[in-house]
Amino acid sequence: MYGKKVKLRILFLSLILAVLILTVFLVLKSLEENVVYFISPSEIKELGEIDYNKKYRVGGMVKKNSVNMSADYVKFIITDFKSEISVKYSGVIPNLFIEEKGVVAEGFLKDRNFLEASKILAKHDENYMPPEVKEALKEK
Amino acid sequence: MLNLIGNYSLVLALTISIIIIFLSFKTFKSKENITFNIFFIISSQFFLICISFLTLLLAFVYSDFSNLAVYFNSHSSKPLFYKISGTWGNHEGSLLLWLLVLSLFNLIFYIKSKKLLNAFRSLTIFFQQIIILGFLLFIFFTSNPFQLVIPTPIEGLGLNPILQDPALAIHPPILYLGYVGSSIIFSSSLSALVCNYVNKEWASDIKKWTLISWIFLTVGIMLGSIWAYYELGWGGFWFWDPVENVSLMPWLCLTALLHCTSVLKKRLNLKSWTIILAISTFILSMSGTFLVRSGILNSVHTFANDPERGLFILIFLTFLILISLIIYFKHNNFNQENKSFIFSKESAIVINNWFMMYFLSVVLIGTVYPIFLEAITNEKISVGPPYFNQLIIPFLIPFLIIMALGPKLEWIKNKKVRVKLTKIILFVLSIFISYLIVRHFSTKVLYLTILISPSLYLFFISVIDLNDEKLKLSQKLSHFGFSILIVSIILNSLFSEEVSVNLKKGEERQLSNYLLKFKNITKTEIDNFTSLKAEIHVIQNNKELKFYPELRLYKVPETITSEADIKTNLFNDNLVVVNYLKDTDYLNIRYQKKPFMLLIWISAILLAIGGMIGLRKDFK
Repeated sequence: MYGKKVKLRILFLSLILAVLILTVFLVLKSLEENVVYFISPSEIKELGEIDYNKKYRVGGMVKKNSVNMSADYVKFIITDFKSEISVKYSGVIPNLFIEEKGVVAEGFLKDRNFLEASKILAKHDENYMPPEVKEALKEK
Repeated sequence: MLNLIGNYSLVLALTISIIIIFLSFKTFKSKENITFNIFFIISSQFFLICISFLTLLLAFVYSDFSNLAVYFNSHSSKPLFYKISGTWGNHEGSLLLWLLVLSLFNLIFYIKSKKLLNAFRSLTIFFQQIIILGFLLFIFFTSNPFQLVIPTPIEGLGLNPILQDPALAIHPPILYLGYVGSSIIFSSSLSALVCNYVNKEWASDIKKWTLISWIFLTVGIMLGSIWAYYELGWGGFWFWDPVENVSLMPWLCLTALLHCTSVLKKRLNLKSWTIILAISTFILSMSGTFLVRSGILNSVHTFANDPERGLFILIFLTFLILISLIIYFKHNNFNQENKSFIFSKESAIVINNWFMMYFLSVVLIGTVYPIFLEAITNEKISVGPPYFNQLIIPFLIPFLIIMALGPKLEWIKNKKVRVKLTKIILFVLSIFISYLIVRHFSTKVLYLTILISPSLYLFFISVIDLNDEKLKLSQKLSHFGFSILIVSIILNSLFSEEVSVNLKKGEERQLSNYLLKFKNITKTEIDNFTSLKAEIHVIQNNKELKFYPELRLYKVPETITSEADIKTNLFNDNLVVVNYLKDTDYLNIRYQKKPFMLLIWISAILLAIGGMIGLRKDFK
């Protein structure tokens, strides 16, 4: 019915379409799995159900006099002046990690009051605050 | 005084820009020869912008705090080198640098394009001037570097200490040369479309510009990486941070374009694809500037920003995209190109172009998806490295294999499809080696191991190709450099080790195979900071390494930076970074072993050298 060339072209186009669909599917799936959500301590309290296998980023201020150092880890409290959450972290501490300054900790929630962090984010300059933190603080 | 000179030369440059737009369009319409006048005007515009840049530079060198930009970003106690680099270390100055490079390239294009079609030349200058005008307006309305502070402050606020670093001092200008180089590619391809001038002559001209931008972009990205490696002390070279991604995207696009221009030059094929790539490269560079400068990106690199600036660039960007789309669809009347798929060099290049576009889309989605999601649902997310690794690694396998085999194929059609024995032997050999690596070392990242054999294969083939007289030296060298890059990246991520611990002075601690000792700490006052030098010993298998990592406490602005102590040799980097916690005696110590770091930098340099050789040949 169709010439050889047309058939070839249809085949080629459908192949491209299939590849495109596959790509989009792969990208979306991979996005879904690897996305890290940002929340403030108050939002954790309001969270309906906690996904213990999902990474969260918690942002806020390091509470005054809450930093507790030991050889293996550092413990501190992140507050957004409404709620707070304890964080335990072992690893590299960025230079700008200072009490009463903004901080973002990334890790797994153990329960509503405790986060085991695997990363603390560093910032470029001392005046800079992650937009997330700024907003969380603004809402207080 | 200085401020006024700088400001007024910018105003003059703006007027001249409008004159050039008018004149160049007139010459294009009337099809006259370009007259001497235009050269005079273009060079005087460049001269004026130069003066304006120099006055800002002088204001920084002499710490003229009546200038707002100087007041915010400089301090009289800063070393001279960083006073100079402070000129482009801030937003206003860096835009002025953009502008300087834009007009410089405009001038160079004018001088170097004498042999080309006249209408094409004047139209290219027209488009380039539109970009220059856009940037001039941007500078005037949102980020004038010559704002006055009254009364004049006695002392400045200081440059962010983390930016006071040799690699980062030259990183922005070089990266900008790469970004801005793509502006000429953009203007010239729009103009070639209108003049119906997409031919071999145009291709060989645009190839030079592509190579120039590509070289600078490669070196610029590398410098940024090196800086992140030792200054941020994260102990890696790539973090899939949005700001890094933003520079990677134009690089991918340029690399694809580079290969396309060869096809166009040799075979007059892939015309519209080349144009699309040329346009997207510049659009991506501009969006990069937009994303970094607007503060939309949620990145650790982000500086404090002004949303108004972002809006302006966004409008300008939309405007540019619109014109290019209109011109593209109005003038895209290329004859049906030969699209049949044959086993040839072109097909290899086209296929790998598609792969590069795929990588680009993955990076693009990963970078902008969080922005869109936040705008729509107000949910804040970030996309982590696993996303990029999962989507890119599997597709690198065919990419690397095609990259290994492609250069040897012939143009048009590869008649004799002979499979050489050496290639098969090498293939088996690389699979065997990767089997040995997986078997003998307890590797943590299994996912990555699938890349070992194709990358080794590419490495072997490109080593053999180095002796092939038929291939171009530039191509051989760059492919060789890339193969080393990919092999060292893989081995680096497979065999990196790190331990970290908090210790007080005099304490020691055993962590897996390593014994870390915190011996001593000394305090010295240097120029504009206090240095705390720790002495850390790391003992493994009875071998003791002494490290002297440093902490710098800056007074203005009050900041702490860590300087890692890195012991480098060809196969291994050993480094110790310390951080300090206020009000405690503890030092946060991290020891890392990073194999093949040096090779990663060397291979990036090889890539750039390959590009330079190609450029030299093209200018002959």
